[in-house]
Amino acid sequence: MKIGCLLLVVLVAIFYGLFLGGVSRKLTARMQNRRGPTVWQNFIDLWKVFRKQSIINHGIMYYIGPIFRFTGGVGTLLLIPVMINSSCWSNLSFGGDLFVILYFMFLGTLGMALGAGESAHPHSAIGISRGLALATASELPFLLAMVALMAAYNTASVKDIVIAQQGGLLHWNIFTHPFAAVAAFLAFLGMMHSYPFQIIVAPTEIPVGPATEYSSTHLSFMFSGGAVFGVAKYVLIMDLFLGGANDLVTVLWKTFLIFLWPLFITNVYPRFRTEDAVRFFWYIPALSGVIGLLIVIL
Amino acid sequence: MGKKGFLDNLPEKLTYKEVMERVNNWFRAQSLWVIAYGTGCGSIEIAPTFTSRFDAERMGIQMVATPRQADVIVISGYLTVKTLKRVIRVYEQMQQPKYVIALGSCPINGGMYWDSYNTINLLDDYIPVDVWVTGCMPRPEALIDGFVDLANMIKQGKVEGWKKYLDNIEDYRKNQKKIIKNWNMPNYNW
Repeated sequence: MKIGCLLLVVLVAIFYGLFLGGVSRKLTARMQNRRGPTVWQNFIDLWKVFRKQSIINHGIMYYIGPIFRFTGGVGTLLLIPVMINSSCWSNLSFGGDLFVILYFMFLGTLGMALGAGESAHPHSAIGISRGLALATASELPFLLAMVALMAAYNTASVKDIVIAQQGGLLHWNIFTHPFAAVAAFLAFLGMMHSYPFQIIVAPTEIPVGPATEYSSTHLSFMFSGGAVFGVAKYVLIMDLFLGGANDLVTVLWKTFLIFLWPLFITNVYPRFRTEDAVRFFWYIPALSGVIGLLIVIL
Repeated sequence: MGKKGFLDNLPEKLTYKEVMERVNNWFRAQSLWVIAYGTGCGSIEIAPTFTSRFDAERMGIQMVATPRQADVIVISGYLTVKTLKRVIRVYEQMQQPKYVIALGSCPINGGMYWDSYNTINLLDDYIPVDVWVTGCMPRPEALIDGFVDLANMIKQGKVEGWKKYLDNIEDYRKNQKKIIKNWNMPNYNW
């Protein structure tokens, strides 16, 4: 029963993540005054790369890398309660799950780094070093925001934090803990690799970054893993700052709002260099996180 | 006799493999990824094809920067002997199925460089071409038209260039080595 529920959550997340990817391509196209592909384009791309032949071999870790990424995404999603009142959609949440979520969020990145590293392509290596630097940089303000929330509610459980926010709009953490929210939402831009911090894939410098040697089935695993991971991050932000959800409609519109935030930023800004991105994260968002933490403690 | 319906046009028996191939071909035709590699002056026409004015992405065509993920290589304009070597490496690193579009008159007969000492005249001798787009230079509309033709041919399962290349690899190699004197690359690039 529980396994069926979890499978359903993962399948819905893959579908929703791919759909949001298509929506983002469509919206980007409309912002650039062109028609753009259909919103189902990502599904078409996924099927196509899945059915492409592959005769590339770089060793065992090369094969395991995309699976690591997929597992990291699924693991993160399954630890976060999507709807707190539903026994099916609250997933595997337990007291203290926030620490495990933080760990799982890094697992996919690390697995991908190991896998892409074995492909021995110079662009992969540059992409990995940039990706790990960015992950480390954006994790600091996000961690500070999370510690502020944990200290405020004296719990490390996402479910308890959601329950503490019930009772209307002004109980949401985005209003009660504005400094922590600023830190988390800015760090979220880095975690979503949206444009000022899109140094990993950097299309004009290091063609497609870590995924340079990946194609066909591996690439489709990375696509679907990325879709699940994206949805997991949207749901986590929703739970921590936007008051969580009790029904599917609320989940959908709240995650859609969170999805729009990096999208709008992406379409306006050019790209930072790696050191500038790190400096940015350890300056304004980190400072905001520290202030948020001090307000809670003092 | 009643009106002929949609179902009457289907062939009698399709095996599972044939059905899957048709489905795959439909998806392939909707999602053509082009390797961002310009060989000659025609590459100046490829960039506008992907900008807001001509917007090739509306048909699922997009640029990728690595041959591993690309489906289509566009040979844009004249092809020098030096570039041919790189084109062969890129083409062989692409994963099957893969397609070739020759853009402009130079890959067809050498164009205005037909008697040059360092360009090739007929591209089809060295890698199998699926779609030819003529002109000097073809406008982005012509290139998009070539993409549409390629997509229709893929849907009908008529694009077999990459199979031809595998079947006749010795002949292609002989032609390639006739042109490229310093063949200092592996015999298999994939």
